[in-house]
Amino acid sequence: MAKAVLETKGLRKAFGALQATDDVSISLRAGEIHAIIGPNGAGKSTLIGQISGALTPDAGQVLLGGKDVTGLPVQARARAGLARTFQISQLAMEDTVLQNAALGALGAFGRPFGMVRPVLRDTAIRDRAEAALERVGLLDQRAMRTAELSHGQRRQLEVAVALTLEPRAFVMDEPMAGLGTEGSARLTGFLDELRSQAPILLVEHDMDAVFALADRISVLVYGRVIASGTVEEIRRDPAVREAYLGDET
Amino acid sequence: MTRETLFNLAVLAGLIALPLYAHLAEEPFTITLATRAVILSLAAVGLNIALGIGGLVSLGHAVFFGIGGYAMGILAFHAQNYMPLMEAPFLIEGTKSMPMIWLVAVIASALAALVIGLLSLRTSGVYFIMITLAFGQMFYYFAISWSAYGGEDGMSIYVRNDFPGLNTLVPIQFYGLCLAALVLALGFNGALARSRFGLALNAARQVPERVRAVGLDPFRLRLVAFTISGAITGLAGALFADLNRFVSPTMFSWQLSGEFIVFIIIGGTARLFGPVVGACLFVVLEHYIGGWSDYWHIWFGLLLLVIVLFGRGGVIGLIAGKARAHG
Amino acid sequence: MSLILIAEQILNGLQSGIMLFLMAAGLTLIFGVMGLINLAHGSLYMVGAFCAAAVAAATGSFALGLVAALAGAAAAGALIELVVIRRLYDRDHLDQVLATFALILVFSEGTRWVFGSFPLYLDVPAALSGPVTLPGGIEYPLYRLTLILAGLAVAAGLFWLIARTRIGIQIRAGENDREMIAALGVDIDRLYTFIFALGAALAGLAGALVGAIQSVQVGMGEPVLILAFVTIVIGGIGSIKGALVGALLVGLTETLGSVFLPEVFKLFMAPAAATQTGASLSSMAIYILMAGVLLWRPTGLFGARA
Repeated sequence: MAKAVLETKGLRKAFGALQATDDVSISLRAGEIHAIIGPNGAGKSTLIGQISGALTPDAGQVLLGGKDVTGLPVQARARAGLARTFQISQLAMEDTVLQNAALGALGAFGRPFGMVRPVLRDTAIRDRAEAALERVGLLDQRAMRTAELSHGQRRQLEVAVALTLEPRAFVMDEPMAGLGTEGSARLTGFLDELRSQAPILLVEHDMDAVFALADRISVLVYGRVIASGTVEEIRRDPAVREAYLGDET
Repeated sequence: MTRETLFNLAVLAGLIALPLYAHLAEEPFTITLATRAVILSLAAVGLNIALGIGGLVSLGHAVFFGIGGYAMGILAFHAQNYMPLMEAPFLIEGTKSMPMIWLVAVIASALAALVIGLLSLRTSGVYFIMITLAFGQMFYYFAISWSAYGGEDGMSIYVRNDFPGLNTLVPIQFYGLCLAALVLALGFNGALARSRFGLALNAARQVPERVRAVGLDPFRLRLVAFTISGAITGLAGALFADLNRFVSPTMFSWQLSGEFIVFIIIGGTARLFGPVVGACLFVVLEHYIGGWSDYWHIWFGLLLLVIVLFGRGGVIGLIAGKARAHG
Repeated sequence: MSLILIAEQILNGLQSGIMLFLMAAGLTLIFGVMGLINLAHGSLYMVGAFCAAAVAAATGSFALGLVAALAGAAAAGALIELVVIRRLYDRDHLDQVLATFALILVFSEGTRWVFGSFPLYLDVPAALSGPVTLPGGIEYPLYRLTLILAGLAVAAGLFWLIARTRIGIQIRAGENDREMIAALGVDIDRLYTFIFALGAALAGLAGALVGAIQSVQVGMGEPVLILAFVTIVIGGIGSIKGALVGALLVGLTETLGSVFLPEVFKLFMAPAAATQTGASLSSMAIYILMAGVLLWRPTGLFGARA
């Protein structure tokens, strides 16, 4: 078994009486896509928050490349090689598409306190930003203001910013949300190739995409992982069928 | 060249030509008025780095203006009275040299901005506004109670400070110095907006979550921006004190902090020349409406209300159209 | 330094704290429910003081003056809410700051236009003037004692209004969710105007009550406004309880600091230097208090955690 790039051990988080995540231990190995599925309110967002560092767990650990990052804030985890995309696009709407990608590249290269040289004339940053835009198919839109992009294009840009980080692991929060059939199919193909660059922890509602992409699936219900395994194992698992997939299969 | 750039160049040309004309026509008062406008512009340019790019609505920037002013006042006061500031453990004397005074003003106001920023940037939104306002008031009352340097009455400096190679007593020469400082600050601001730091700071205003997610710390970006911003406003304070040859606690007053924000908004938020246009317009209106009606603040208040409620984008927005994303 | 002096100063601190509460309560309500930062709240304080002084001078009745202060400030509050403020609810804080800053300019200069630059005087009513002897032999001005009791009564009324009445339920609902109260069939526009006028009336009342022990003049509102900001930053924005605790803390710190800090410094410094240092430090004491609270709890003592 390959060594885990990203791993959680016994993560717990409660909001008042609500146990949002309850002893969640999952791992993400090199080269794989590990999908997290579960009904609304199952604790997926809380889990992503704890992995990315936005939420502090009540108990448990998050390990990145074998190192404990539980105490680190969001920005330190990003620097350690964790790139996330947001369920609701978090983009600088007043800026151009290229500027948004350049922000990612700037984060990857560090040294954000340069105040004299124009950032877009910095070839290292610009090249990396444009390469990422090209990969998601947004290079022609680079001079557009982000607010003018379509919803689908914003989702693509969201992925492009994560690409500029050249991370060790991706954490993607519903990247297919609102994309439509064609857009989902295109992104599915893209993520399929991306896994060889860095593994992806994928939280997704689109079951077609999940079943097409995932090497492994973990099912989260009421904050607990009730099943974990390959696509076939999950499809067959009676507990999953009852708790979650029942109506859909 | 965009319309905004053309407009900016026209403003700059006006700032050079008008005082020169006044100099030739021997109207020193016009030059003094222009100097006041240029210095207030510089103060607002400083604030604009925090507010325009960083989105930090500081209602206490008069603190840095006042610190710059008192840096000048204290150094010059000791120099004119031949009284050292400090004798032990080592001797520090006052000075009448502008470059020295500016250096002290910039360092002192940057330090104050760093400390105030460390405390107030832990919060955001309304808290930040109220806290910066409160710190402003703290410095105001401190200056009033500081009787060694004039307390409530402030202190006068008899002769304007010196700048090597210039006669600062000639209004146009002092004006030239102030304009040079303003142009340098604008150049720096323009470069900063396009730089790595500008990109990151601007994004931290719009989507702090994203900035964290790419590995940058919005708090640090804002703290650096606030410190630079305070330093520039502090330099303006030192110049303002030299223009009036007088410093008093009113340099710390919250009204002044409010006016700095007003300059930026009248001119146009996030525009390089916004603070300049706003400050110049303010000085002109103050002079002309003030000469026509004793209650000019009413008219100014109403004008400001109309601009805030109905006129988005300020004067530059009106003239040069919508702002464009640069790059 | 006698115990009597200390007791007297504590009462003074309570008195200024409770008046500060009247200002801060309105500010914090308006922010909590409408999300609005109102710099012009100090102008409403001034309006109340001027109304009271003008009417009391014309009629010779302090009570009529107070009624005029409440009515005048509430009317001014309702007017600016209808004309200006309601256009600001959906704007960002920067626009709110600027527009209410503009209102200060209009109010201050307008008042100067009508009443001139010289301060007006509002006399303490004869029935309340003079000292009263408290248990323990403390002689204390009856008027100031009345202020403390009146302020406490108003505070109690406000807590009752918010906790026990229908309008209080609407206010609390509005703090949590705007759409929710719309769904309950409440007329939000009227509710907002009411809250704003209520806050204005409280500020006007404070202005009138304090106006009798200080002078009534243009610009009297802004120092109090800033103190009220410090108060609600300490107490936590949006919390009435926080406003009360914050106001008492600020009132006591300011009053006791200015009296006792110079004395404290005299213990180990030359008297002149001690007076100077003590005065400087006491002028900063409440801001240091604020900074301390912020370091400890960035959203104030009773503020919702951000």
